[in-house]
Amino acid sequence: MWNNMGPQHPMTHGLWNLRIKVDGETIVDAEPEVGYLHRGIEKLCENRTYTQIIPIADRLCYGSSLTWSHLYCMTVEDLMGLEVPPRAEYIRVASIEMQRIASHLMWLAAYAADLGAMIGFIYTMRDREVFIDLLQALTGSRITYNFPRIGGVAHDIPPNFERDSLRACDYMEKKLKEYEDLFDGSKVFMMRNQGVGVFRKEDAMNLGVTGPPLRASGVKYDLRKDMPYSVYPEMDFEPATHPDCDCYARYRVRMDEMYESCKIIRQAVRKMPKGKWRAVAPRNAPAGTGLGRVEDPRGEGMMYVVGDGTDRPYRLKIRSPIFVTVSAAKKMLVGYKVADVVAIMGGLDMCIGEADR
Amino acid sequence: MNLYEFCYGIIHWLVDLINHLWYWLGNVFPWWFGDFFNAVGDLAASHGNIVVFTILLEVLVILIIAVINVLNFIWIDRKFMGRMFDFYGPYYVGFRIGGWLQNIADGIKLFVKEIITPAKADKIGFYLGPVIFVSSSFLALSTIPLGRNFGIATNPSGLGVPASALMAFAFFAIAPFAILISGWSSNNKYTLIGGMRSAAQMMSYEIPMLLTVASVFLLAGSFDFMDIVSAQHGIWFAIPLALGFVIFLVCLVAEVEIQPFDLPEAEAELVEGWTTEYSGMRFGFFMMTSYLRGYIGGALATALFLGGWHGPALIPEPIWFLIKAYIVFVVIEWMRWSTPRVRVDQLLNIGWNRLMPLAMLNLLIAASMKTMGWF
Repeated sequence: MWNNMGPQHPMTHGLWNLRIKVDGETIVDAEPEVGYLHRGIEKLCENRTYTQIIPIADRLCYGSSLTWSHLYCMTVEDLMGLEVPPRAEYIRVASIEMQRIASHLMWLAAYAADLGAMIGFIYTMRDREVFIDLLQALTGSRITYNFPRIGGVAHDIPPNFERDSLRACDYMEKKLKEYEDLFDGSKVFMMRNQGVGVFRKEDAMNLGVTGPPLRASGVKYDLRKDMPYSVYPEMDFEPATHPDCDCYARYRVRMDEMYESCKIIRQAVRKMPKGKWRAVAPRNAPAGTGLGRVEDPRGEGMMYVVGDGTDRPYRLKIRSPIFVTVSAAKKMLVGYKVADVVAIMGGLDMCIGEADR
Repeated sequence: MNLYEFCYGIIHWLVDLINHLWYWLGNVFPWWFGDFFNAVGDLAASHGNIVVFTILLEVLVILIIAVINVLNFIWIDRKFMGRMFDFYGPYYVGFRIGGWLQNIADGIKLFVKEIITPAKADKIGFYLGPVIFVSSSFLALSTIPLGRNFGIATNPSGLGVPASALMAFAFFAIAPFAILISGWSSNNKYTLIGGMRSAAQMMSYEIPMLLTVASVFLLAGSFDFMDIVSAQHGIWFAIPLALGFVIFLVCLVAEVEIQPFDLPEAEAELVEGWTTEYSGMRFGFFMMTSYLRGYIGGALATALFLGGWHGPALIPEPIWFLIKAYIVFVVIEWMRWSTPRVRVDQLLNIGWNRLMPLAMLNLLIAASMKTMGWF
C-alpha cells in the first residue's frame, strides 16, 4: 500500500511529501518528494543588489537563518576580495554558534514531540528562548536576523553581551545535563532510537550526506576543522562523532555539538579584540567567481556566486545540505516500521526552506 | 438506604402525584373517559412501571457522574500538564475558578461545528463506531459502585448485575472493536492502520491485565465489587499484590490508550489515528469518552487494589472513592506527559515477554497467599 506522508502531515516539518510503501507496518519502499516550497530564491537573487540579497539569504532556513546570511556574506567577500575586521569575525562566530544551539534545540523539541514526549518540546523551546534573546539583543530580531554585512556585521555587540553570553553558556550546559537525564534516562526513548534507521558509513559517504547524520555514521568530517573559515582555527573544540550510525547516534552528536558550541561561544566572547566591526564594501563586484562553504547545523552549506562587474550577481548557486540528506531517506527507512519514520526523518532535522530554495 | 432505594422513593413520590392527577381527571370526566383515566392511573402506579423509571433515573445519575468527572478530569489533565510543562494551563475562562469552564467552552465549540461524513466512508460503520465506543464505556461505568450504598447496577436488593467486576472488564474491552470498526469504515489509510494497531494492542495487554485481576478475584473469593472491596477492609490488595498493581497500572495505560501506549491515535505518525475523519461532536464524544475511560480505569484500580471506599469516616464513602480514582488518574497522566510513545512491536514484546510472565508470577503469589490461609 503506497501511503503519502505529507504534504500535510505532523511528521513533515515543513512542506514535503514522503511516499512510503508499507506491508502491514513494515516499510518496503520509500520515496521523498520535495519542491512544494520552491520560492525561486536563486533566480530572485539575480535581480537584487548584493546588499539586498542578505535578507533573502536569511529566508533560506527558519531554524538557522544567521548561518545562511553569514555564508552569503562570506561568499561575496571571497568574490570581492574583502578583508573582514577581526572583531567582526569573532562576533560572527559567537552569533552563529548561538544560532547553532538554538537550531539544535528546536530540532530536539520537534524530535521529542515526534516521539510523543511533549515534555521535551516545552523544555527545549523554553531554553532556546535564552539564546534567541541573546541574538535579539545582538541583532534586533528573533528569526530572520539580517545581521551580517558584506565586510563585517551590522552592529557592534550590545552592553553586557559578554556577561550574558557566558551566563547563557553555563545555563545551557546545566540544562543539557537535564535533557540527558530526561532522554537518555528514559527507557522508552532508548528503545525508540537505538538500532533504528541504521545508515552505514559507506552509504553516507557515497550519497554525499554531510553534517550530523554523517558524523553519526562515524565519519569525522566537520568543515569547521577540516576546511576552517572565519576564526575557527583559533578556537579549541572537537567535532562530535558517534560510531553507532542509528538515530541515537544522531541525537548524541547534536547533543555533543551543543556542548562544543558552548565552548566556542565562551572562547569567541573572551578573545574578542577591540576595533572596527565593519569594512567598507564596494558597490560593484568584479567579474569573477566566489565560493563559500560553512558547517550549517544541518550539514555543509555552500554558495557559489558569479559576478559580472555590476552591482548584481550574474548567478548565485546554493548547495543545501538537507536536499542531499533527504534523498538518502530510502537507505534509512526500508525495513523499519511506520512508527520509525518519525524517528528517522525527525533525526535528520528537516528544514524544507533551504532544500526547495 | 442505597441509591436504588433512594431513586425508587423519588420515582414513587412522583408517580403518586401523577396518579392523583389521573384519578382526579377520572372524577372530573366520569363518563366513558373515567375508566380510561382510572386504568392509566393504575398502570402508572404499577410496580413494573416504577422500576423502569427508577432505572432511567439511575441512568441519569450515571450520566451526571460521567459528565462531571470528565469535565474535572480534562481540567485536572490540563492544569497538571501545565504545571509539568512550566505554564499555567487554562485560567482565563470562568470566574476565578481556575479556568474550569474552559471545557464547557470547548464543548460548545465542538457542538456548533459541522459533522462531516466522508463521501467514500462506510456510512453504517462510521456511525456505529462512536455509538459502540461511548455506550460500552458507559456500561462499564454503570457496574462500578462508588460506595457501599452508592452502587448503580450493583445493589444489595438483588436487582444489580451479578459478577459486576467481570462485567466491567467485559464492557471495558469492547472499545478496540469499536475503534477497529470506525478505523476501517472511515476509508482512510491512517485510520485503517490505527484500527489495526488497536486490535494488535488489545492482544498484548488484555491477557496480563485479566491475569492480575484474576489474582484479586482469588484473594477476594468473589467476582463482585461489593465483596472485593469489603475483603480489603483490613489491608488493601495493592500491598500484598504490589507486583500485580504495577502490572495492572501499565496495562491500564494501554487499555485507556494514553501516552506511552497511545498507538492507535499516535498523532505524529498517524495524524490523529482512527479519529482522523471524525469532526464536530462525534470527535467530541471520542475525546470525552477517552477521558471517561481514564476515570473508569482509575475507578477499577481503586476498587480492585486501593481499598475502594475504605478510609477514615470523616469523609463520605463516594468522596473517598473519587479521591483515590483521581490520584490514580493523575499518576497515569504523569506517565503520559513524561514518556515518549513505544512502537507497536515493542508493545507486543512488553505485553507477551515481560508482563505476561510477571502476571503469572503474581497469580502464583496470590494463590500461595490464599493457600497459606492469610486471606
